[in-house]
Amino acid sequence: MSAAIRLTAVDKRFDSGLEALRGVGFEVPPGQFAALLGPSGCGKSTILRLVARLDRPSGGTVEVGSDVAGSAISYVFQEPTLMPWATLFDNVRLPLRIAGISRAEARNRIAPVLASLDLAGFEGAYPAELSGGMRMRASIARALVTRPRVLLMDEPFAALDEITRARLNDDLLALWQAHGFTVLFVTHSVFEAVYLSQRVLVMSARPGHLVGDLVVDEPYPRGAELRLSTRYAERCRAVSVALESGYGADLPP
Amino acid sequence: MNRPPSRLFLPALVLIGAIALWELWVRLAGIPHYIVPAPSLVLATLWENLGSLAVAWLYTLKITFGALLLAVVGGVLLAVAFALSRTVELALLPFAIVLQVTPIVAIAPLILIYVESTTAALLICAWIVAFFPILSNTVIGLRAADPSLGDLFTLYRASPWQRLRWLLVPSALPYFIAGLKISGGLSLIGAVVAEFAAGAAGRETGLASRILEASFRTEIPKMYAALLLIALTGVAIFLLFNLLSRLLLGRWHAGELGPGR
Repeated sequence: MSAAIRLTAVDKRFDSGLEALRGVGFEVPPGQFAALLGPSGCGKSTILRLVARLDRPSGGTVEVGSDVAGSAISYVFQEPTLMPWATLFDNVRLPLRIAGISRAEARNRIAPVLASLDLAGFEGAYPAELSGGMRMRASIARALVTRPRVLLMDEPFAALDEITRARLNDDLLALWQAHGFTVLFVTHSVFEAVYLSQRVLVMSARPGHLVGDLVVDEPYPRGAELRLSTRYAERCRAVSVALESGYGADLPP
Repeated sequence: MNRPPSRLFLPALVLIGAIALWELWVRLAGIPHYIVPAPSLVLATLWENLGSLAVAWLYTLKITFGALLLAVVGGVLLAVAFALSRTVELALLPFAIVLQVTPIVAIAPLILIYVESTTAALLICAWIVAFFPILSNTVIGLRAADPSLGDLFTLYRASPWQRLRWLLVPSALPYFIAGLKISGGLSLIGAVVAEFAAGAAGRETGLASRILEASFRTEIPKMYAALLLIALTGVAIFLLFNLLSRLLLGRWHAGELGPGR
């Protein structure tokens, strides 16, 4: 299959009876940076869990590209989700350790990733000794050491302050441009979605379904120039309108 | 330990002051030593009977740490079984609770009848008292692992063994240590209480038997001396496990809980 991620008529109903998703279908081509935007509780995270095979759909199919198997998928959670008892190095090493990669080999693979995330020199620090921004960087580093083809991100910067968040946004874009992985980025921020992605998938309130699919045709690298431009404001407005429409949208059958 | 000196100084001062007051009161009021002995007499008695008391002390230590070891092994194994299977937990938890809530002095005489070796009977009694905190804490700890970290292990296709070693055991460790601290004190209590129930009999006996023996002969200072040894042992066990906890959890756990713990 040519797409990196393909969802076809996906339904998800939990055992509690809660209907999270109804008739969700979209494709993400390899290397695309796609944002998944919607109100809280609309099932955005559920979509990520389905793509990561942490959960099964109740109906429809979820496919990931044939070259995207197993640990080629990485996941970054809203919280840094680090092991508090392990050093930053051992946290980042975890996926490699599970895969049975030797410590020496792991060290070679981890060093450049830590350097690219400004974490070099903090290998021996414990999570409690790091700032919130650094913990999130460590979490991203852990996701990247497996050299994933698909990176799933679940509101990774929501808990950070605005300044740290803006910086991490730019760092993430630089890493994406350097490595060319596919990104599915869940957020409830219109501005973040438009700033980061090539395409914004807009979801309605629960049961979640797609109500908009907008292309953000702006060149990278993006920076302050884009943030301050009227084009950016217009795109944000268009996405906001799509988001608003989701509240009163008709459900698919 | 970066404590201000007053944190150690104040309790030490109060303790020394209380002992001095006790000494003064006994001397000035002329309290007979067979009612309340002065601290100095208790120490002198301890010194005079050091031989027999040390033998008894070693025996009590043997029961205490033997029971604690069994409590750790039994408690952890049972906790792992509970964590792996709700069915096992449902089936066995009632027994664990019955053992926990029944006063040991009420069960001890029966155990002493059924089990021929007094040492084995005392071990069983002390174990019954000590194992529950380890069991219940370890069960909670094994279930306390961060679910997102669990998802991560699933995503990277960790084996059950990897999940146990790198996720469940470290997550459960602080809970286990908290249980161990409680059980350490309880196994000493269990060892002493069970020996009281057993009475001063048998070839090998512990500090409780020394206390019973001394009370039959109204040797009050000797009762105090044995009591002092038990109390000091309890304090030593408490300090030992606090140190162990600091060594094992030290850096990350202190950071997790914030200062002052």
